[in-house]
Amino acid sequence: MPVSVRVIPCLDVDRGRVVKGVNFTDLVDAGDPVALAAAYDAEGADELTFLDVTASSGDRETTYDVVRRTAEQVFIPLTVGGGVRAPEDVDRLLRAGADKVSVNTAAIARPELLRECSQRFGAQCIVLSVDARRVPADGQPTASGFEVTTHGGRRGTGIDAVEWAARGQELGVGEILLNSMDADGTKAGFDLDLITRVRAVVDVPLIASGGAGQVDHFPPAVAAGADAVLAASVFHFGTLRISEVKDGLRASGAVIR
Amino acid sequence: MLDYGSGNLRSAERALRRVGAEVEVTADHRAALDCDGLVVPGVGAFAACMAGLNAVRGGRIIGERLAGGRPVLGICVGMQILFERGVEHGIEAEGCGEWPGTVERLHAEVLPHMGWNTVRAPEGTGLFAGLGPEERFYFVHSYGVRKWELVPDSRLAAPLVTWAEHGEPFVAAVENGPLCATQFHPEKSGDAGAQLLRNWLNGL
Repeated sequence: MPVSVRVIPCLDVDRGRVVKGVNFTDLVDAGDPVALAAAYDAEGADELTFLDVTASSGDRETTYDVVRRTAEQVFIPLTVGGGVRAPEDVDRLLRAGADKVSVNTAAIARPELLRECSQRFGAQCIVLSVDARRVPADGQPTASGFEVTTHGGRRGTGIDAVEWAARGQELGVGEILLNSMDADGTKAGFDLDLITRVRAVVDVPLIASGGAGQVDHFPPAVAAGADAVLAASVFHFGTLRISEVKDGLRASGAVIR
Repeated sequence: MLDYGSGNLRSAERALRRVGAEVEVTADHRAALDCDGLVVPGVGAFAACMAGLNAVRGGRIIGERLAGGRPVLGICVGMQILFERGVEHGIEAEGCGEWPGTVERLHAEVLPHMGWNTVRAPEGTGLFAGLGPEERFYFVHSYGVRKWELVPDSRLAAPLVTWAEHGEPFVAAVENGPLCATQFHPEKSGDAGAQLLRNWLNGL
């Protein structure tokens, strides 16, 4: 039997509390991250992701504390991202109990950061998070038609998102977290075209994110090449249970834990 | 638990505590020899782990324990460094040599092998007691032992080798008298991993 498709709930954490906004702009408080993490573990989540959306670095101490307390209680892999700017940030998160750290904006400004982190901590714990969108009509065209964004999808960079994922792999990351900013919050399904294009150029594990709204949305993402599927609000507002998503994937022929 | 500067020791420490162990994370030679069981964790590159291990004379600690029949459990790269050598990016590094064999890049479509996979444990396994073939364990690695090279010797009990598959078969765990090791992370493998750690503790 091959390795199973991972179902990963993502918790957006702001100053120690879980929030999730539609398209990242309208944040609504949805609970205690440690309690949610334990609940997801009990429900059969294969892995957990925390995205630290805390604006001020002065408040970041609370994130380390949340990571520490979560790792005390939860015995499945934990990825933490958000605000990671330097190898020292990665080091602190790993020491707090994260198993993997995702890097996003800081790597766009300075791609070598990925190589430095990968060499120092090992490829297996460095994830490149790519916030991608279709280039808007007034944007700068890219070869794939997708570009990398910053600021929660509000700002385009003109960098081809597919090429960027491939570059991340070259620089040594062990995994790609691919977020469709167009699909995020729509609950209309994953951006399958984006997944297919990135899958074609990377052979590190690929996590598909953005757009999940119902059980039927997950199997096509796996068919398009995702090794793992990630969702946030559908899980913690109770629209979908982890077990339902896994049952749906299993029924589609995917291998599930 | 042997502290030689290798990554996230806390997960393994917490998981062992959860199943009832008293845990001391240390590089102290005496403490590492005196404990009932020594866990050798490890993440990252083979050569870097060996360098860290050598800096605390870890290979010698492991060797002295084994000579006295004292249990040792290697986890992930902590298992890999027990073999003769590792080859990463064309660079060969010497391992502890407790078992013959080479740690090398796996041949698979997607690497690292990251996620939950099943294993095939042999008859008589103690480590996997109570864990059926459907149980999954959390792996994260690109390198592994693709060939078990120890020549059987009728005068010695044969090690129990557990295999898993990702693109091709590789060694997922070994039980060899006092020396046990897993390529996967029991400390990250939920209840199945807790059971495996409990099994190991019960054998101390």
